[in-house]
Amino acid sequence: MISDHIRKTFTILFVLGFFAYLFGPLIIMSLTAFNSSAFPRVTPWECFSVEWFQFLGKDAKLIEGLQNSIFIGIGVVVLAVPLGLSGALMLTQVKERVRPWYYTVTISPILVPGVVLGISTLLFWDRVGTMFGASRESVFYNGFFLTIIGQATFISAYTMLVFISRLQRFDRVQEEAALDLGATHVQTFRKILLPFLKPAIASAAVLAFLASFENYNTTVFTIVSESTLTTFLAAKVRHGINPSISALAVVIVALTLFGAALHEVFKRRELAAEKESARIAKGEQVTRKSKNRFITDPAVILIFLVTVAGLGTVYFAGTMGLDECKAAVKAEKQRVVQERVKKRQQKSMFQDAGRQALTPVPEGAGARSRPAPGTSNFQGLFSPDNLEGQAGTKETEQEQEKTRAAGTEQFQGIFAPQNLEEQSGASGEQQ
Amino acid sequence: MSADVQLDQVWIRFGDFVAARDVNIHIQEGEFFSFLGPSGCGKTTLLRAVSGFSEPSEGRVLIGGRDMAGIGPNKRPTALIFQNLALFPLMTVWENIAFSLEVKGVGTKERRKKAEELLELIALPGQGEKMVSELSGGQKQRVAIARALAAEPDVLLLDEPLSALDLKLRQHMRTELRAIQQRVGITFIYITHDQGEALTMSDHVAVMSQGIIQQVGDGNTIYDQPETAFVASFVGENNLFKGKVSEISGDYALVDTSAGNIRARTSKGEERLSAGDEAYVFIRPESLKIANASKFDNRIGANIKQQEFEGSFWQVFFDVEGSDRDVKLSTVNDGSTLIHKVGDRVDLGFSADMAIATPAGELAAE
Repeated sequence: MISDHIRKTFTILFVLGFFAYLFGPLIIMSLTAFNSSAFPRVTPWECFSVEWFQFLGKDAKLIEGLQNSIFIGIGVVVLAVPLGLSGALMLTQVKERVRPWYYTVTISPILVPGVVLGISTLLFWDRVGTMFGASRESVFYNGFFLTIIGQATFISAYTMLVFISRLQRFDRVQEEAALDLGATHVQTFRKILLPFLKPAIASAAVLAFLASFENYNTTVFTIVSESTLTTFLAAKVRHGINPSISALAVVIVALTLFGAALHEVFKRRELAAEKESARIAKGEQVTRKSKNRFITDPAVILIFLVTVAGLGTVYFAGTMGLDECKAAVKAEKQRVVQERVKKRQQKSMFQDAGRQALTPVPEGAGARSRPAPGTSNFQGLFSPDNLEGQAGTKETEQEQEKTRAAGTEQFQGIFAPQNLEEQSGASGEQQ
Repeated sequence: MSADVQLDQVWIRFGDFVAARDVNIHIQEGEFFSFLGPSGCGKTTLLRAVSGFSEPSEGRVLIGGRDMAGIGPNKRPTALIFQNLALFPLMTVWENIAFSLEVKGVGTKERRKKAEELLELIALPGQGEKMVSELSGGQKQRVAIARALAAEPDVLLLDEPLSALDLKLRQHMRTELRAIQQRVGITFIYITHDQGEALTMSDHVAVMSQGIIQQVGDGNTIYDQPETAFVASFVGENNLFKGKVSEISGDYALVDTSAGNIRARTSKGEERLSAGDEAYVFIRPESLKIANASKFDNRIGANIKQQEFEGSFWQVFFDVEGSDRDVKLSTVNDGSTLIHKVGDRVDLGFSADMAIATPAGELAAE
C-alpha cells in the first residue's frame, strides 16, 4: 500500500518531469537568445542583451528567406484549402463502397516521405517543361512555383482532414431544406455550406500556412536556387551558429503562444455565447453583460500584460548600457584571470624554491622580454597576454608551450577561464 | 393558391426493396391529408417523391395537374417541413423565414417585412432578431412552418414535425397546425406514425404498411370500418379472434373461432370474405360488455384476470378459453363500483355490428 501522499508526490514529480522534457529545450534556447555570449549558451551568463534580435533584422538573406517563406505559405494556402475542401466534399458524395479507397488514396501523400515528394515534383515538372520545350527561366523551373505545388500535394491532404471532420457534423438535411425553399445548388453551397465551413476554412488556412512555413524536406529540393527560411537556417547551421537563431526561435515561439492564446480566448467566448443562447432557449433570464466583456476577459488581460512586460524588457535592455555591461564582464573576466594567476604564482613560488636549488630556470629569459610590471620573470609566464611574446623568443620550452596554446591563440576566447586553466595546467606540468 | 396532388400508379424501388407499391391516391386541393403508418412503411419515401428529392421508379406524380417528372425540389410548388426542422443555425429567425425570398433575389427591406408578417401569423412577433438556438422547441416548430409558408407553396408537406415535442406541446401544436392550415387554405400533406395526430387533424387519412396503401378514408371510417386486418389492428385498440368463415349472409359473416361462433360485419375492402376463408374478427374494448341478459348477438365465456383503474376508465383483462391473447374491455368510470372480482367467470357480449371480420392478413406489431 502506497500512501496517498507518496502517490501525489510521484504524480507531481512525473508531471514536472514531463513538462521539463517537453519545454526544457525551448526554455533553454529562449534564454540563450538574451545572453550576449557569442555562442548560444546560458552559463556562464554574461549580459542581458537583445542584440541578437537586432542582428536578426540586419541579416538580409534571412529576411529574404522569411519573405519567401511567407509568400510560399500564402501560395500554399490559396492552393491547398480549395483542394482540400473539394476533396472532402467529394468524399461525402462518392458511394459508400468506394469511400475507404478514395480516402486512402487522397490521404497517401501524407504517408509519402517529404523528400520523395520533393524529388518527384522536381522531376515531374522538369518532364512537363521539357515536353513543352520550356526554357530554364519558365515557370516549370521556378523555385516558388515548384515549392508551392510540391508542398500543396501533401498539405491539401491535411486541410482535407480538417474539412472532413467539420463536414461530419454537417446536417445534410439543411441542404435539402435550402433546395426545397427554392435555392439553386450554387446558392445552397454559398449560403448554407460555406458559412458552416467558415471556421474549418480558417483552421485549414492556418494549418496549411504553418505546415508550409516549417517544411524543409520537400522544399530543399523544389526551391532550386531560391531560399526559404528553413533552407536558409539549415545552410546557416552548417556554417556554425550564433544566438540569432535562438532569437528567431523566440520570435516564432512568442508568435505561436500569442496566436494560441488568442484562439483560446475566441473559442471560450464562442462557447460561452452558445451556453447563453441555450439558457435563453430554456427560458432563463440572462443578463446580457458578456457582450462587452472582451476587455475584462482574464486571458486578454494576461496576453496584454505579457506583451507589455516583453516589450518593456526589450526596451529596457536596449536603452540600458549594454556596452557598459559588456565592459564590466570583460573586466571581471580579466580580474578572475589575474586572480588565478596570482594563486598560481604563489603556488609556483613555493615549488620553485625547491627547484631553483637544483637547476637554473631558463624560462626567465622569455619572461624578461616583456615583463609584467610588479611581477617576477616567472610569474609573467602565466599571464595570457604574455603568451605571444614568449612564443616570439623561440626558446625551447616556450616553443612547446606555444604548440599547446595554439588552439586558443587564434581567438580572443583567451579570456575564457577554462582556457586559462588549461594553459596553466599545461605550464604546471612542464615544470 | 392551392393545388391537388395525384399519385398515379407510383412504384418506388431501392434495389430489391420496394418502398411504395402501386400507390394511387388523389389528394384534393386545400385538404389536410395524412399518411399514417409504422416507421419503415414507405410514407416518408412517398413524401420525398412528392417534394422532388426522389423520383418514382414507375408511375407519375402530378401537382395541380402538372406532371412533376424531372422537376427538381427547388422548382416544385411544394415546401417541406423536415422531421428535425432543419432550421439554419447560423441565421437569425427572420433570415430563416425569409430564406426562400433571399434566394429569389428579393431586397432586404421587403424580406424583413414579409418575415415580420409571418412572425405575426405564428404568434412570435418581434422575435426575428433572435438566433434559432435561442428558441424553445415549440417556437422552432412554428418558425419552420413560417419559413415553409414564406415560399408560398401550393402544397405544404410535413414529415412528422411534431415527433420531437413533448406530449403537451404536441397536442397544442396539433390544434395550431390545423388552424394555420385553415387560415392559409393550402393543401397539407402530413406524415405521421401517431394515429392520434392523423385522426384529429386530417380530412382524410391513408393508412400504409410495407409500401402498400391499406385504406384511404376520413378518420371515422378508418376507425369504425377498417378494410384490412392491418388497419383494424394498427388504428386504435382491438381484440382479435382468429377463425374460419362458416357462413356469409349479406354484410355479415359467421366465423368459427376458438372462443366459439362469432357473428360480425364483413370488411368492405377489395378482398371479400367467402365461406371457408381464414378470417380475423376484431372487437374494440369499448364495444365489449359484461353480459347477463341475452340481448347480445355474441357471447363469450371468460375469466377476469386483472382490473386496472385509469381514472375515467376501467380496463378489465380476461382469459378466454382457446385463446392465448388477453381480451380487453374498457368501460367508463361512472362512479359505480365494479361488481365482479378477479377470478370471476362472466359472459362477454357484443353486437354483430360492433365486430368486424376481415380476411386474415398482416397485423400491426404490438
